[in-house]
Amino acid sequence: MAGSIPVSATASPAAPRKRVTPWQEAWRRFRKHRLAVVSALILVMLVLAVLVGPFVWTVPIDEIDFTARLQGPSWEHPLGTDDLGQDILARVLYGGRISLAVGFAAMAVAVIVGTFVGAVAGMAGGRLDAALMWLTDLFLSLPELPLLLLIIYLFRDALTGLVGPELGVFILIVIVIGGFRWMPVARLVRAQFFSLREKEFVEAARALGASRSRLVLRHILPNALGPVIVAATIDVAAAIIAESTLSFLGLGFPPDIPTWGRILFDAKDNLDFAPHWAIFPGLAIFLTVLSINFVGDGLRDALDPRRVK
Amino acid sequence: MTEDDLRQMIGRVKRGHLSRRGFVRRLAAFGFTAPMATQLLAIAGAAPAAAQGTSSYRPTRRGGGGQLKILYWQAATLLNPQFAVGTTNQDASRTFYEPLAGWAADGTLHPILAAEIPSVENGSLAEDGRSVTWKLKRGVKWHDGQDFSADDVVFTWEYNRNPAVAAVSSGSYRDINVVKVDDHTVRVEFEKPTPFWADAFVASRGTIIPRHLFRDYAGANSRDAPTNLRPVGTGPYRFVSFAPGDLLRGELNPNYHMDNRPYFDSFEIKGGGDAVSAARAVLQTGDFDYAWNLQVEDEILKRLEAANRGRVNIVEGGNIEFIQLNVTNPHEEVDGERSSIKTTHPAFSDPAVRQAMALLVDKNSIQQFIYGRGGPATANFLNNPPRFRSPNMRSEFSIQKANELLDGAGWMRGRDGIRAKNNVRLRFVFQTSVNAPRQRTQAIIKQAAQRAGIDLELKSVTSSVFFSSDVANPDTYTKFYADMQMYTTTMTQADPQLFMNQYVSWEVANRQNSWQGRNIVRWRNDEYDAAYREAEAELDPVKRAALFIRMNDLICGSNHVIPLISRPLVSASLNNLRPVLSAWDNTTWLLGDWFRET
Repeated sequence: MAGSIPVSATASPAAPRKRVTPWQEAWRRFRKHRLAVVSALILVMLVLAVLVGPFVWTVPIDEIDFTARLQGPSWEHPLGTDDLGQDILARVLYGGRISLAVGFAAMAVAVIVGTFVGAVAGMAGGRLDAALMWLTDLFLSLPELPLLLLIIYLFRDALTGLVGPELGVFILIVIVIGGFRWMPVARLVRAQFFSLREKEFVEAARALGASRSRLVLRHILPNALGPVIVAATIDVAAAIIAESTLSFLGLGFPPDIPTWGRILFDAKDNLDFAPHWAIFPGLAIFLTVLSINFVGDGLRDALDPRRVK
Repeated sequence: MTEDDLRQMIGRVKRGHLSRRGFVRRLAAFGFTAPMATQLLAIAGAAPAAAQGTSSYRPTRRGGGGQLKILYWQAATLLNPQFAVGTTNQDASRTFYEPLAGWAADGTLHPILAAEIPSVENGSLAEDGRSVTWKLKRGVKWHDGQDFSADDVVFTWEYNRNPAVAAVSSGSYRDINVVKVDDHTVRVEFEKPTPFWADAFVASRGTIIPRHLFRDYAGANSRDAPTNLRPVGTGPYRFVSFAPGDLLRGELNPNYHMDNRPYFDSFEIKGGGDAVSAARAVLQTGDFDYAWNLQVEDEILKRLEAANRGRVNIVEGGNIEFIQLNVTNPHEEVDGERSSIKTTHPAFSDPAVRQAMALLVDKNSIQQFIYGRGGPATANFLNNPPRFRSPNMRSEFSIQKANELLDGAGWMRGRDGIRAKNNVRLRFVFQTSVNAPRQRTQAIIKQAAQRAGIDLELKSVTSSVFFSSDVANPDTYTKFYADMQMYTTTMTQADPQLFMNQYVSWEVANRQNSWQGRNIVRWRNDEYDAAYREAEAELDPVKRAALFIRMNDLICGSNHVIPLISRPLVSASLNNLRPVLSAWDNTTWLLGDWFRET
């Protein structure tokens, strides 16, 4: 039962056994999902690596050294070098910051917009709901990549003029990717709202005179968050892949900024005789996306109130 | 070699003591190109050694060769040769349209729609260099069955010179007069003695278009002509279908005016992809017969060639990969146009900054580690006819000197390490097309610039956009809405006259000419203009060469143009394909002579 998690004060009976908060309960369930735990560890390591790594591995990302071109992994260059003798480890670490930042920022945009639209539609109902769902359907039907190309083409110059090339492209990509991923979140939230707002604990709160905004923020939204978090993890992965796609097409960030997708793009011509160049950034994308998906899987299990165990 | 020696030698040719081929060879030893030598002979009254052994075409009947599959990683977007800005569009149009004559690899003129190559000897070339008479081939038909005649040639001239049409080749037609003598003879008259008469109606700028189809579109509505996308020409193959930016198909023309040609029943030119996958498609998988312009790191080509399916063709020419430093300000909009000549570039107007940029380009590394066989480093813009190569230019790579120079000119480093002076920061947008060697080159230059306190923002634009003639797109190279850009400019003729008009003031690309002008860097210099005007009329080849060398020194010395490497034509073909290539003309200039060895 969706309302069985005792979030609101009125619904918490004095239990004889040790009091367990919903988050502790979720954590207990999450731990049971082995793959999710391992994935979470890998993800934390990846995030730590890209955050701390460049301070530890201080080789510059654009140091050209023609004497060390296309070298395989060695102690000097643990992941080898590219055809200009640039250190691939340094580039992968630096690129990870951008790729992960794009992923999480785009996810935040998608979740915020999606939750807002879904909450409004779910609470308001009627015409507003219908209109918002039409909007959602409209956005669902738009093809993402062609539109992304169009928007980048139209607005890149204006935005890079304002905030510089890297931040400009970052904002564009985040907004566009986020802007095309909020629809599933909105639908999920709306559906949750529909079912939750008729629940007894919500009615009880309403009977006690809780305002509409308090109802939403304190009672309904926390209970609707489970599926949203799951959708969010999937969005992170999708955003990282979308950024890679853009870099791979030669769009996106300037060519000298080594995002994971860009390193792959540069490496692809040399795949048959310098595979290390492509394998490591490819592996980074693969691990990140896979582990995020598993974490999402684990979170779904953990946050699903319908699950008994 | 003095003028006297030259005249004596020409005299010996006339008397028959020296063969024309021997003459050409001897002059080559002095650095004259074959085209120059043959034109000298033509002007001096000894018939040109026209097109000897241009092609070793062997098939004895028309057709039967199956399909010819050509891969262009930059796809053509239109099929009107008069609007074709990029090489791809020119090459694609050239498969259907033909000029009166083309340039063979050895630099001689090869008659195509002309019955013969004009010369003083056969009376068709005026001795004072003021007119040339072309005799047209008889019995040539357009693909729709209409007869080809002198009217079409005259019309092509009228079409090209009309400013409302905005044709790319207008420069070759503006200052000449074309007279129809009879149905199969036209006379081209020049205002001044013209040493390089083989410009109009020759090679890529000289393709003849059918009067009966373009007549109604010879003005401001020129871009609306349906024939722009459905060409009707005289070539060996006729049009089947065209998807702009993707695929061009043609089929054998049963009424072609050359015997036993063409060999293939049909051809297709597939566009798109990138240079490396194009090289792979021929050299490694053999999916295509021919791949054009393989701007690919030499290392990769060598590895692919090892598969032994195809070979890499390297044809010497005058093409050059170079960097332009914008004369105008790309960040300021004047009358709805950026990079307007009413502005000047805030930083590049200082010669010290330009010189510093030139010092920061490590050409030797670019040659050694990126282009290999495909790109020897050079200090000159005008390279290949060796006779026109300036001995005065030197290039140097020195970060230290660049730093000293900038310090001396008052460009001081700010807190972030970037130099600035009077609120102008040395921060430039450096654009080029998406292409691995170019991105590598960008990275090399960026690193050196960084060490001299110059920050480069690298930008790469998809080739199909960068080189397109799309007036609405801000990212094309002719618009040049960036501080610096890098690309290869092609030299389609063995004479530098057309090549060097890229820096004359009347060719500036701007809004009025829909950015079709050839002076993309927008550099203007009176001395250069004067030298160019003089070279146009100078009949003495030695003096003329000196003028072109002077022009090269002026533009390279200004450092608004930084030559990187000269680019021979690098292409790949299957081992059994016999393409007829020439660096002085389009890739498809003699497509009708291509055949497959069986």
